[in-house]
Amino acid sequence: MTEPKKLKVATCSLAGCFGCHMSLLDIDEKLFELVKVVEFDRSPITDIKHCGPCDIGIVEGGVCNAENVHVLKEFRRNCRILVAMGACAITGGIPAWRNNVDLWDCFQEVYSYGIGLENGQIPNDPELPLPFDKVHPINEVVRIDYFLPGCPPPADAIWKFLTDLAAGREPKLDYDMLHYD
Amino acid sequence: MSAQDVCDLPGIVARWHHDPANLVQILREVQDSCGTIPSDTLDRLAKLLDVPRVRIESTASFYAFFHAESHGAYEILFSDNIIDRMAGKEALKQYFCERLWLEPRKLSEDGLVYVDDTADIGLADQAPAMLVNGYAIPSLDKARLDLVAELIRARKPLAEWPPMLFEIPDNLRKPGPLTGEAFAPGAALKAALSRGAETTLAEIDASNLRGRGGAGFKTAVKWASCRKAEGEAHYVVCNADEGEPGTFKDRVLLASHADLVFEGMTVCARVIGARQGLLYLRGEYRNLLEKLKSVLAGRREAGLLGRNILGEQGFDFDIEIHLGAGAYICGEESALIESLEGKPGKPRNRPPFPDRCGYRNQPTVVNNVETFACAAKIAEKGGAWFASLGTPQSAGSKLISISGDCKRPGVYEYPFGVSVRQILIDCGAEDAHAVQVSGPSGTCISFREFDRRIAFEDLATAGAFMVFSRERDMFEVARNFTHFFAHESCGFCTPCRVGTSLLRNIMDKLAAGKGSAYDMNEMKHIMHVLRGTAHCGLGHTAANPVVQTMEKFPDAYEKRLKRLDFEPAFDLDGALQTARLITGRDDEWAHLDND
Repeated sequence: MTEPKKLKVATCSLAGCFGCHMSLLDIDEKLFELVKVVEFDRSPITDIKHCGPCDIGIVEGGVCNAENVHVLKEFRRNCRILVAMGACAITGGIPAWRNNVDLWDCFQEVYSYGIGLENGQIPNDPELPLPFDKVHPINEVVRIDYFLPGCPPPADAIWKFLTDLAAGREPKLDYDMLHYD
Repeated sequence: MSAQDVCDLPGIVARWHHDPANLVQILREVQDSCGTIPSDTLDRLAKLLDVPRVRIESTASFYAFFHAESHGAYEILFSDNIIDRMAGKEALKQYFCERLWLEPRKLSEDGLVYVDDTADIGLADQAPAMLVNGYAIPSLDKARLDLVAELIRARKPLAEWPPMLFEIPDNLRKPGPLTGEAFAPGAALKAALSRGAETTLAEIDASNLRGRGGAGFKTAVKWASCRKAEGEAHYVVCNADEGEPGTFKDRVLLASHADLVFEGMTVCARVIGARQGLLYLRGEYRNLLEKLKSVLAGRREAGLLGRNILGEQGFDFDIEIHLGAGAYICGEESALIESLEGKPGKPRNRPPFPDRCGYRNQPTVVNNVETFACAAKIAEKGGAWFASLGTPQSAGSKLISISGDCKRPGVYEYPFGVSVRQILIDCGAEDAHAVQVSGPSGTCISFREFDRRIAFEDLATAGAFMVFSRERDMFEVARNFTHFFAHESCGFCTPCRVGTSLLRNIMDKLAAGKGSAYDMNEMKHIMHVLRGTAHCGLGHTAANPVVQTMEKFPDAYEKRLKRLDFEPAFDLDGALQTARLITGRDDEWAHLDND
């Protein structure tokens, strides 16, 4: 009997807090089930730096800087199905709160006037990702196939979503998996 | 009406009987006399009315015409319907701002004047138009704007402005049974009294009258159900919140046939046993208020309102006018009732319908202005006469408000069943290419469908009829409407609050030349969500203009699509510009390829 071909999955966190990734790990012992059907490519879990062709790409967090765009476009190029996971990827979330503050003021506050700063100066190293003036949801930058809501989405929802996809079904989440109050 | 005027809060509250249900009216008067509704006023109102501050604040923050910050001594609001835009509104607004050294949405340095846009103000036949401190000025051109600018510079009080600025002709082009014949006040009421309530209701039933607000519910059924419903009191409410862009027929009825409307309300009061009536007049029709009040006073004097009307013992009825404050959603009957009760205009769950549980949770008939006018005529001339007009399913006549690309815009009264083609010939619209029937929430028809008919069984309409010629870009028409819905969504339910904004954003994305087939699919998807899950009609119909124009004028969209797959919603490289300036960077990693 031949092993069924494993699904290739890549994940990344852009302007997020890794909370969604923690929720993914929160499926606990089901991780053993999961690795039977999927294999991780680029992901904080594997520390692989660039992704190759994948079946599913999962993106946490919104787009706040130029590097995020490069990562996102790499995911879109390589992933058959691209999923926006969590509130920040879907709407911009908490990082987007800075959208109401002028970028100049942000920089000044952080690098010039912040408490405990002396001789602060604004960094200009090309290695540092350059921020956008606003934080955007990822669907404003690339086409997204699925949106998995929640802050973070519960582990059960992530599990159900991935196993549905792995089985070749249209993912379907029951109301209680999308209901938070 | 300068900001310095001290506002007599206790006096205003007393005038409205210390009743929190009149909060919208109280806030209107505060706004009128102070020019703003300052935060400390909310505290004082809460004390005077003995309600929590949040209750005051939720209402004060809901309506477009209420604001906490000063808009100066002169607040100028340009009507922003697509018809105004077609008539050159944008250029005129810019001209006006330049003349007064102003920026839109920014109070002038000297605190004198403020300029902004507002939704359609019911003057599409005399576009472009604007409101100055709530009073409408139609038919704007450079000369009239020069005059307005001079009056403002001279700080002339609005009361001393030349009256000709505020003159609004009816533009009644084709009179009919409602608008064409003289009406003797009291005639319908006398006939109704001699017939008795039950027989009058039977006449309304025989007339086949259906509601003129667009939905076409049978009036006699509504009245009969309200008459039967038990309650402490019954109410008659006239919906004069004519907010659907492109509609202005109620403006004409109220300006020149108010007796007919009030008489229809009084006949209804007789049938359902009401002692109080309310006319909810949209805030944009502020200029009609004094005249309507004087008509009411005249009717009281003639014994047509008040106690023992026309000598009939125990037939007491009077009508009060409430003014709206710039909220389209209040045209929905349950939102209108909420507004009459001093709350934000958010539609209620229905059922129960107002006929059982309406104003102050009592049985209430809510009808359109035109419906009451029809009811008065039916009471006077009988149901059979009315039923003989129009088509079997749509009896009587319909007032149509025609605007846009035609030679003779104005109000036309037709028997139901008239074809669009006939209307276009009559109003002089030879090169019409599309017509938006019944406003943004109605139906967009293309030149292929001009043989369709105005009737509930074909093109149901509240009265708007906006004509677009071949030169017009139907995409821009739909985009204007998506902005309208996003602005007017009451925010109560998520599908509508978010969905209307998403539609607006995608249409703006397309307009910026960044569209893709993906966006077209997204809009269709949003339409399904809105239709299936929105709380009220606003959400259900908000995607109609987009979906219908997409289907009927695909070229208008296709020429805006950049590529088939996907296109970012914003300028990626441009969005880095601020950070490049701050950091002084211009290296390879400080740029993004837009392709």
